[in-house]
Amino acid sequence: MASNLEGPPLAIEAQGLVKRFDGFTAVDGVDLRVPVGAVYGILGPNGAGKTTTLRMLLGIIDPDAGSRRILGAAQPHDVAHAIGYLPEERGLYPAMKATEAIAFLGALRGLPLKEGRRRAHELLERHGLGYAADRQIRQLSKGMAQQVQILGTLVHQPRLVIFDEPFSGLDALNQGKLERMIRGLAETGTTVIFSTHVIAHAERLCDDVAIIAGGKVPFAGPVDAARDRIPQQVRLETGERDGQWRAALPEDARREGPFWNFSLPEGGVEPLLRALIEGDAGILSLSIERAGLHDAFVAIAGEAAARALEVGGEQEIMR
Amino acid sequence: MSGRLSVLAAAWVVARRDFTAILFSRSFFFFLLGPLFPVVIAVLAGSLGSRVDASQERPVLGVAMAGADVQALERARARLAPALDEELPKLVAIRRLAEGEDYDPAQALAPGKAKVAAMLTGSLERPVLTGPGGLIAAWRGPVAMLAAQARSGTVPAYPAVALKPVARSDAAERKGRFATAQGAQTLLFLLTMMLAGMVLSNLVEEKGNKIIEVLAAAVPMDAVFLGKLFAMLGVSLVGIATWAATAGLLWLGGGIAPERLPDPAVGWPLLIGLGVVYFAMAYLLLGSVFLAIGSMATTVREVQTLSMPVTMAQLMVFFFASFAMTQPGSAVEIAAVLVPFSSPFAMLARAAREPALLPHVLALGWQVLWVALLVRGGARLFRSRVMKSGPAGKAKRSGFRLLRRR
Repeated sequence: MASNLEGPPLAIEAQGLVKRFDGFTAVDGVDLRVPVGAVYGILGPNGAGKTTTLRMLLGIIDPDAGSRRILGAAQPHDVAHAIGYLPEERGLYPAMKATEAIAFLGALRGLPLKEGRRRAHELLERHGLGYAADRQIRQLSKGMAQQVQILGTLVHQPRLVIFDEPFSGLDALNQGKLERMIRGLAETGTTVIFSTHVIAHAERLCDDVAIIAGGKVPFAGPVDAARDRIPQQVRLETGERDGQWRAALPEDARREGPFWNFSLPEGGVEPLLRALIEGDAGILSLSIERAGLHDAFVAIAGEAAARALEVGGEQEIMR
Repeated sequence: MSGRLSVLAAAWVVARRDFTAILFSRSFFFFLLGPLFPVVIAVLAGSLGSRVDASQERPVLGVAMAGADVQALERARARLAPALDEELPKLVAIRRLAEGEDYDPAQALAPGKAKVAAMLTGSLERPVLTGPGGLIAAWRGPVAMLAAQARSGTVPAYPAVALKPVARSDAAERKGRFATAQGAQTLLFLLTMMLAGMVLSNLVEEKGNKIIEVLAAAVPMDAVFLGKLFAMLGVSLVGIATWAATAGLLWLGGGIAPERLPDPAVGWPLLIGLGVVYFAMAYLLLGSVFLAIGSMATTVREVQTLSMPVTMAQLMVFFFASFAMTQPGSAVEIAAVLVPFSSPFAMLARAAREPALLPHVLALGWQVLWVALLVRGGARLFRSRVMKSGPAGKAKRSGFRLLRRR
């Protein structure tokens, strides 16, 4: 485990990761610190560098610059037995039976084949796929094959699980199952990292996120800290349409129907309230809302990245 | 909880999967039958050839001479036949000429006339051979001998030559071992050519199924390459063992008995053992290159396109090793031993000719080193050229496209 004098121990610590392909910089100085036991999201549009970053962390490819430590090891393959990985492009040997496929994935991570078969049966039963244990992968539906691969990712009981776009290609029912599975893993203390271009998944599941766009990470840290990057939003409804109180509203205040929306002033809510009351605004309602992760993403990564993220999300829905 | 795998243990996991997947596939049965087709064709072609040979009559020399000369020639041939039957042309009297009668030999050689290959005319003092150039040149000596014997009317007493066969003579042994070396080298080449090419398509399945990324994340790519190579080597050895057992059964059953080759310098058991080891080395050396080349291909079609240049490359290696065998002790032979790809072929030929074993130990060490280097190089090339980015970077994935751009 990487030592971290200023906080919890780290499952992953990467500094200044750079990867170039044919003169194109896919990842440009990425820093990541993933605490042990966290559910960590890597959030960014397609082509942002998520997969390349994960591949560098896993040792599938080597970075051109920078360093990485994964579960305390400089060489990811040295701790491969403690890692589970589900790539974005799923794949299994079509002629293998479901049990054998899971056991094989476990064997690749050092789990004895016999034990792998035993656990495979157990996992398939537990996830309602016991009837498919002796079926060949080619005989399973795409969704079932994906579930088999997910079980193969977990069969050796890894301490760190990395999912690359795990929700991609899953229907809503299976997305829900996967979310529950990720929460279950987190409860057992397993560190989970997943990349996604769907903000809702990250918002529901993650303690920490890294926002990646154009190969750079403009933000990495707790989800709350990302939200705090933009001021809280005030929603005000007044009885009076105009009056002295209007001078108390900040410059970015905009009227939407009966409401005024604006960022919470730096001085906080109390001076604002006082000014509204003294100016006879006739307050009907006032709420302070924290910014969503989407707004935070727009503020941090920029409009262009947010648009790319939305396009990716739409394509995902259409898939 | 699972434990960390060494490269060899990881290679074993990959090899075990590949080996069983191939061995228990339906296509493996056809793979085993593969060599049967050329054998059947060879047997059919051989029997057809022997039938053609049998149907070919021995060429006959027609004779058109004075009656006494013809008679004298026939007697001379009968006397010489016990010693020289095969060397002498078979004689057929076409015409016994009366005194002063002329005869045109072209008459007998014309189509539809007497079935003779050539005609002998003139007299015993001045015989004339008419016929195809090559044949009459070959018969010139025997006909002169027959004419001389016929003219003299007596035949010298030919002494009986006592035959004392010896087990070996230096020259014969050298020649025999050369033949054994040639046979061993050719067999090694045929097996390698037949089997090593299969490795080309070995990573296409993983790339097509996208499982390559799972493998690459779990174990070092060296282990994937090594595992795949050894799995294919294992499959090949199973095939060879099956074919050898079948050939052995045919031999023991008395059906087909191959011509016995002269004993190799290291003896048959050791030559066979070295043959297996050198086959493994040739397979691993060529296979590691083929695997790396094949790993750049993204489709089966691309692999098929690669098959021909790969076969040509193998042929070149074989020709080089064969040429080196004809120059023992020369710089060419040393080069063939040192060039990793031709080394197993050159060394197997050497085992048939030279009894020393130390060079084999050194050569095997050298070849193992190159296998390790090539596997590592291939794995690195694969990682750097093929394992790139996610779906957004798919366009850049093909190794061939990359090669073209550069």
